[in-house]
Amino acid sequence: MVWKISDETAYDTLGEEVHLTINGVTIRAPQDQSLLVTARQNGFEIPTLCYHRDLPSEGHCRLCVVEIGEHPRTQIVNSCTYPTQAGLVVQTHSETVLQARRMVLELLLARTPKAKLIQEMAAAHGVYESRFKTDDPEELCILCGLCVRTCREVVGVSAISMKGRTPDKQVATPFMEKSSACIGCGSCAFVCPNNVIPYTEKEGIRTIWGRDFELQPCNVCGNYIAPKYQLEHWAKITGDPVENFFVCKDCR
Amino acid sequence: MPKFESIDHLREYRRQLIAKRDPNQPQVLVCAGPGCLPMGSEEVAAAFREELEKNGLAAQVLLKECGCHGLCAGAVRVLIRPQEITYQHVTPEDAAEIVEQTLKEGQVVDRLIYEDLHTQEKAAYKGEIPFFKGQMPIVLRKLDVIDPTSLDDYLALGGYRALRKALLEMKPDEIIDAIEKSGLRGRGGGGFPTGRKWRICQDALDEPKFIICNGDEGDPGAFMDRAVMEGDPHAVLEGMIIGARAIGASKGYIYVRHEYPLAVGRLQLAIQQAQESGFLGKNILRSGFDFDIKISRGAGAFVCGEETALIHSMEGFIGEPRPRPPYPVQAGLFGKPTVINNVETWANVPEIINLGADWYAGIGTENSKGTKVFSLVGAVNQTGLVEVPMGTTLRQIVYDLGGGLRQDREFKAVQTGGPSGGCIPGQFLDLPVDYDSLQSVGSIMGSGGMIVMDTSSCMVDVARYFINFLYQESCGKCTPCREGLKNLLFLLDEIIHGRGTEEQLALMEELCGTMAAASICGLGKSAVNPVLSTMKYFREEYLAHIREKKCPALVCRPLLKYTVDPETCTGCLACVRECPVGAISGKKKMAQEIDQELCVKCGLCYEACQFDAVKIE
Repeated sequence: MVWKISDETAYDTLGEEVHLTINGVTIRAPQDQSLLVTARQNGFEIPTLCYHRDLPSEGHCRLCVVEIGEHPRTQIVNSCTYPTQAGLVVQTHSETVLQARRMVLELLLARTPKAKLIQEMAAAHGVYESRFKTDDPEELCILCGLCVRTCREVVGVSAISMKGRTPDKQVATPFMEKSSACIGCGSCAFVCPNNVIPYTEKEGIRTIWGRDFELQPCNVCGNYIAPKYQLEHWAKITGDPVENFFVCKDCR
Repeated sequence: MPKFESIDHLREYRRQLIAKRDPNQPQVLVCAGPGCLPMGSEEVAAAFREELEKNGLAAQVLLKECGCHGLCAGAVRVLIRPQEITYQHVTPEDAAEIVEQTLKEGQVVDRLIYEDLHTQEKAAYKGEIPFFKGQMPIVLRKLDVIDPTSLDDYLALGGYRALRKALLEMKPDEIIDAIEKSGLRGRGGGGFPTGRKWRICQDALDEPKFIICNGDEGDPGAFMDRAVMEGDPHAVLEGMIIGARAIGASKGYIYVRHEYPLAVGRLQLAIQQAQESGFLGKNILRSGFDFDIKISRGAGAFVCGEETALIHSMEGFIGEPRPRPPYPVQAGLFGKPTVINNVETWANVPEIINLGADWYAGIGTENSKGTKVFSLVGAVNQTGLVEVPMGTTLRQIVYDLGGGLRQDREFKAVQTGGPSGGCIPGQFLDLPVDYDSLQSVGSIMGSGGMIVMDTSSCMVDVARYFINFLYQESCGKCTPCREGLKNLLFLLDEIIHGRGTEEQLALMEELCGTMAAASICGLGKSAVNPVLSTMKYFREEYLAHIREKKCPALVCRPLLKYTVDPETCTGCLACVRECPVGAISGKKKMAQEIDQELCVKCGLCYEACQFDAVKIE
């Protein structure tokens, strides 16, 4: 069961507005909206890696942490899942918070030294080099889980999931075999912040997760639209005949 | 077993049950707990059965295989009632002698009774043994006398009396009031006040509500919950039914590890018995209250002991925790309000209802009430399960109950609370053990593991051991725990291999700070305890590894150096024959020499030498 934190997209379904303090500024925001969204709406920038506005937040990356409560009883929580509550006192850039973010980035930098996004984010926090050990210098995946969540929540097929534990955890298809659930839509590769998920397109064939998908050309212009499986998936969802999707959006 | 339709029926049945039982009937109670079972308690029980039949005593003497008797160092244990004589290290061959001497003649078999290691004083009766004298069993009270597969045994000792009281004499609010007043706090480690947890869940508006018993005991060396589930399963069920009544749940689950097949079996049988006799199911004891319990088996991930990961696992997802809030009492199993309590917490509930909140609140310290079961293991003489009032000092537990350290070695540290607990040094031996005092010295209560270490333990090695365990069990969801544990393990390895630096110590401290603050769940947050506590109390040991490249406890192999003392060496070549890599050379009857380049530091030469000529530095 994933706790779905309300987001900008569901603004009108939110609870009544409450007052809270962020970085000393009293603001009004809908109750139960995530602190991250509340802060961003009010101009307080909080860095994130595993957050996406269209996906339920699960708190993987721990970069969005903020400090709540008043000294000395403060607590570090991740803002992407913590609900906005009346009277909450939030610090988005306290020393403890920044230290935690720097440490998280330093750890990620050691994990994925070549990932552009991590390098940039780390540099923005004053971390240029990691004191920790790098196992695989070619590693790019930060295990943010965006691909898995997209496949499950947006595409709705759950073709990939996390496998294993520890830093050896990886995103994979079931039993590392070609997944029969995959429709080759490539959403996982699209959403990946580090472009880790390899996928190629050649002569009307898209290859992703070790499986070849035949692409459907547009009935009008002949350009490839999407894998046939994906169009069939759309047809199944919408109840329309699959032929309805054989015209690309430019020719429609 | 009849189905109890009413209170009177239950009362009458219990009355007859007790009347039928002769309190002076000789009983042979063989421990079949987690410690004794692998030592052959089934064979011992079979031998007794045979002997009793041979002697024509099978009808008069009651033979039972019970739950854990507590003092596991003496496995297999046998308790003879009504005299309360306890025998230890009983083998099947001893059965004949015990039957002959004790049951027929009424004599004590001297060679099988407890003997104090220091004073050599013998004690035959349970009440005389210091290990039992210092305890106050509430949860473990019935373990050594009841047959866990018999509901009659449980009923005869007042079982399901608390349920009757809770269902028919108390309102749900009054049950919660009682639990709140008793001061019972969660025994799984967090120490959250149980009554408050129930109150929040009772107040939650969503329906249906669920009850979960967390039996996912995974700490190395801990077996309290296992012993209770195997030895007194009905107490857990009774506690859960009372809790369900209090919060208004109609469905309960027991999450228990698949690696505890006996616990699963006993619980399954207990649930079946409770269903058949009307303690579970529709309209329990005609109170109009419906409740049923199912078993959910876990696949063994340590992190699934964390409540949100446990819920995920039960729902069929990967056992990963999720950030809180919402707490399980607000949105737990299938998104519904759920109360999760540990096995021991549930087992406490019937006793509190029976004997009253005031009685319970009278035991323990100001903020920690009642008793706590610890599994006392490690370098103590008497390992086993102990249940002591909160506030008992570590010294009492280690020395009075545990009988001091093995081979009279010096006490070095005690690690409480499982792998993510801290190591408490000797200076805190007089610390009263409760939730708050343990936290104040950098450790945790945890679920009650207590590992005693003597001077032969290297604290860096100990920290590495636990970090390695946690590293392998980290679910890998959040960055600080996943990457942090990996790097902590790496840094500790560097120190153990003599490659550590003092900057790395500082880095470890910094990393621990972030892990404790920013991890999702308790695993990552408390994983730093073994490192921080050993760094705080045994810093000189870390520095010896770093500066002098030496392991003072002679544990960390990469830092050891084996040499042969030419003065003492007789040239017998025993070491040469043992060395697996051929690193030892020299002429016969002459002093030998170890090639440090070739030596793999296995220590076989040290063990082989009869003249103590092999030295370790």
